[in-house]
Amino acid sequence: MSAKQPELETLVARKYRHGFVTDIASDTVAPGLDEDVIRLISAKKNEPAFMLDWRLKAYRRWMRMTEPAWAHVHYPPIDFQAISYFSAPKQGKDGPKSLAEVDPKLLETYDKLGIPLHERARLAGVAVDAVFDSVSVATTFKERLAEAGVIFCPFSEAVQNHPAIVEKYLGSVVPVGDNFYAALNSAVFTDGSFVFVPKGVRCPMELSTYFRINAAKTGQFERTLIIAEEATYVSYLEGCTAPQRDENQLHAAVVELVALEDAQIKYSTVQNWYPGDEHGVGGIYNFVTKRGDCRGRNSKISWTQVETGSAITWKYPSCILRGDGSVGEFHSVALANHRQQADTGTKMIHMGRNTSSTIISKGISAGHGQNAYRGLVKVLPGADGARNHTQCDSLLMGPDCGAHTFPYIEVRNPTAVVEHEATTSKISDDQLFYCLQRGISAEDAVNMIVNGFCREVFRELPMEFAVEAQNLLAVSLEGAVG
Amino acid sequence: MSDDGQLILEVRDLVVRAGDRLILDGLSLAVRAGEVHAIMGPNGSGKSTLTGVLAGRPGFEVVSGSATYLGRDLLAMAPELRAREGLFLAFQYPVEIPGVNNVYLLKAALNAQRKHRGLPELDAFEFLNLVRAKLASMRMDETLLNRGVNEGFSGGEKKRNEIMQMSLLEPTLALLDETDSGLDIDALKVVAEGVNAMRAPSRAIVLVTHYQRLLDHVVPDQVHVLAGGRIVKSGGRELALELERRGYDWLRPGTAAA
Repeated sequence: MSAKQPELETLVARKYRHGFVTDIASDTVAPGLDEDVIRLISAKKNEPAFMLDWRLKAYRRWMRMTEPAWAHVHYPPIDFQAISYFSAPKQGKDGPKSLAEVDPKLLETYDKLGIPLHERARLAGVAVDAVFDSVSVATTFKERLAEAGVIFCPFSEAVQNHPAIVEKYLGSVVPVGDNFYAALNSAVFTDGSFVFVPKGVRCPMELSTYFRINAAKTGQFERTLIIAEEATYVSYLEGCTAPQRDENQLHAAVVELVALEDAQIKYSTVQNWYPGDEHGVGGIYNFVTKRGDCRGRNSKISWTQVETGSAITWKYPSCILRGDGSVGEFHSVALANHRQQADTGTKMIHMGRNTSSTIISKGISAGHGQNAYRGLVKVLPGADGARNHTQCDSLLMGPDCGAHTFPYIEVRNPTAVVEHEATTSKISDDQLFYCLQRGISAEDAVNMIVNGFCREVFRELPMEFAVEAQNLLAVSLEGAVG
Repeated sequence: MSDDGQLILEVRDLVVRAGDRLILDGLSLAVRAGEVHAIMGPNGSGKSTLTGVLAGRPGFEVVSGSATYLGRDLLAMAPELRAREGLFLAFQYPVEIPGVNNVYLLKAALNAQRKHRGLPELDAFEFLNLVRAKLASMRMDETLLNRGVNEGFSGGEKKRNEIMQMSLLEPTLALLDETDSGLDIDALKVVAEGVNAMRAPSRAIVLVTHYQRLLDHVVPDQVHVLAGGRIVKSGGRELALELERRGYDWLRPGTAAA
């Protein structure tokens, strides 16, 4: 045939848009990790004694642990002594009191990224906390949230102002020795976001944190803690980007969610860390532990994630369904293009009676990308009437990529109903030709088909994030059809 | 039928292979503006290959011959360009695209074409008004707009959806590949009305069909019989009726014409 049919295999090549570096003086601790570094971090943060003890406990556990090797990802050994564990933009002694005092270069960075930190954010109705390297630079809408009784602030501030709440809940969902990366995070984390929604309050706006790694040779270890007391609702979004660098950078975050009786937490992520180039050089290693504890009756935790970035993603946002009648949800889109590797999924641990969980996972593999879904559905003996539905779909683009599914199901209660559905599909030549015959370009057609594939997940995202997620997916796949 | 309409499509001595199989073997055809041509033939005679090659479907090799569309070398144009230049194919088997809103595909298609022609793209509001009118004329339910493209559509709904797209895109050359197959008589009438409504002095329509029953409702200017990869007989409407009576065997190459 004389008219060239675009080849799906050549569909994949596009520059990362957030790859710039902000030229800003930073206060970075020399690479390496020992107890002195941890003491230094704790001292820089002016932390109470319980925090330092907690960190040291985590560090000592970490020293005895080995990196997990069970994930379907491959990478050279990480030299944990070559990483700097603290980097902060240089600033006046006490840090900025308001946005006016924040280094304009930092604000410019967030502007470039399209993150509204200024008052114009009022229009968007989203309260934003921004974490640059290891430090939180600004939180908007603090006052309006405070009126409702909601605390939304940098983690380090919560340690200063609400130490009792922090001490009560920190590590109560992800204990210090939970896993290698969680232990490392517990020892060295420098900031993150803290949310506390007191009993009976429906959080009046979406909360959002924007994470940015800027400095070279640093790791980012943030910690997020969200506590929703009885009969509350909160929706929280996080976004992530990083500059384009040739070396790999480590991101090992921990997120803990606690939902008490009748509380509902909706946690959405659009992760776009630098994925490395098409040959697999550079990119973020994203080793993240996220877990929610449905501690109270009829509580609900819902995870929605769109993972398009990172060289390696190792991440399993999970729900412990402890309260009777509690509900866990996991909606995920994970893209692995070029040489990206993703091993992601969830754990649903049914403990209470009449608990239910839903898992919808959409994996897209293109180029030489490797995408694995790994999920555990566990029903404990006391979990009468537990229900789970899992749907796991993979979309393959081109001959060199891979999709893998590792579902683990452990049921110890005869009344449980557990369903697992899985499909693997390709963008068919017929679908592509149908779109072309309607005058739609191959690239637009692929975006359309991929977005259609992800629709069930995208519709779980808050509106403005859904649009961002679609655009991100388009950018990540641009060039994937020649 | 008149010879003074503009020549829209001219196929000359087209030889096409798929793998090692020769499917079209010296096919020639000329279609002018304002005309409706019906191409009939037994199964496996190359009918769908012809529409596929003209629309740019992958998987065929053009060995020799030419196809000219509005004076341009059609076979050198990318499939999406052919579409934007006004060539429309109504598919025999419209494909399902799960999760993609039908209305979204339609809007992308119309706007791709408008952009190509230097026209402003329609916004969501303008587009919806337009598409609602087209839906009503095809007696299609509006809920079809928000369903996935052809997802879970019945056979009849899929075919009507094709005709609705055709009426929205207002092509210069419409190729309908067995649009009548699998339709009950009511759906057939709706489809035929849609096709008749599209007849215009500036437009050419090529109907590929296995049976004559569509031609009871859409009266063609010319009927061609495709057999063995070439057009073995052409005539007026009466040819279709004769085929209905006598079948195709008498026209197969190597069979003496009666």
